[in-house]
Amino acid sequence: MSERRAAVRASFAVGLAVSAYGISFGALAVTSGLDVWQACVMSLLMFSGGSQFAVIGILASGGTAAGGAAIASGALLGTRNALYALRVAPIVGGRWPKRMLAAHWTIDESTAVATAQPSPEAQRTGFWWTGAIVYVGWNLTTLIGALIGDLLGDVSRYGLDAAAAAAFLGLLWPRLTQLQPVVVAVGAAVVAAVLIPVLPPGIPVLLAALVAVVVGLFNWFAPKSVPGSTEVPS
Amino acid sequence: MTVWQIVLLASIAVLAIKLVGYVIPPSVVSRPRPARIANLLTVALLSALIVVQTLGSGQGITVDARVPALIVAAGLFALRTPFIIVVAAAAGTAALVRALF
Repeated sequence: MSERRAAVRASFAVGLAVSAYGISFGALAVTSGLDVWQACVMSLLMFSGGSQFAVIGILASGGTAAGGAAIASGALLGTRNALYALRVAPIVGGRWPKRMLAAHWTIDESTAVATAQPSPEAQRTGFWWTGAIVYVGWNLTTLIGALIGDLLGDVSRYGLDAAAAAAFLGLLWPRLTQLQPVVVAVGAAVVAAVLIPVLPPGIPVLLAALVAVVVGLFNWFAPKSVPGSTEVPS
Repeated sequence: MTVWQIVLLASIAVLAIKLVGYVIPPSVVSRPRPARIANLLTVALLSALIVVQTLGSGQGITVDARVPALIVAAGLFALRTPFIIVVAAAAGTAALVRALF
């Protein structure tokens, strides 16, 4: 019982902190060319922070002409959720309607809180509480952020365009714990910088993703730990 | 494409990928290589997006107030500052640099 209480506490700590990013997403979405409704629909339906920031980031630089690249980047960033699903599906249990909702709530935070709990009951509690708190919080703060962004108008005066890069850095930072991801991050940054002037907006990001495929395929700069351990960064 | 089409298609794609993880047997994807590539993919995309957001302006590279803002953000993340404060500080830095120069 106290394990479950601890799981609920962890859910609130993580959920409330994460919900705050919704403000920056909502504000940036509106300044990237979405209206308030589109920003809210994205948070309701997509519900995956990294993918959402990717889509609006590419729309901000390339407009709707970069739509294909925006969708592809969002989807590629969402592939890790499928891996999370493999880990939490046995924890969640239940029948199909419940599993569909669980799938929608399978994100970085719910997976991280669930897998950090000691017992199966506490894991299930952690997953559902974190999923629910983040879902409600993220959508509320998206709306608030979008309304604020709508009021602000010209955003470069407030530095909101720079906030997007800082938001991505915040998502990247906890993943740079070993040599392999650091090498991939540096390599992808170089590829993107070189390609920006020669290719349409959005395409450099997709080609930079090839760095991950090549390094991951041959397992260059591999960590010395046990192979096959799929860690879940928070 | 319209913004609505992009928003809806991207949302459906991301949602479908989440569902895939519940449908396929774990043995297919939990092998080390696909798992490793998927994790590194996240790193590569985020890193490339940082570069585009910091230096890109349409199809070109511009060094402006976004660069000091990103440096401030990196320093604050290194000090384990909460996400929302760092994002606000980065915006504030860019706004300040633009107001001064």
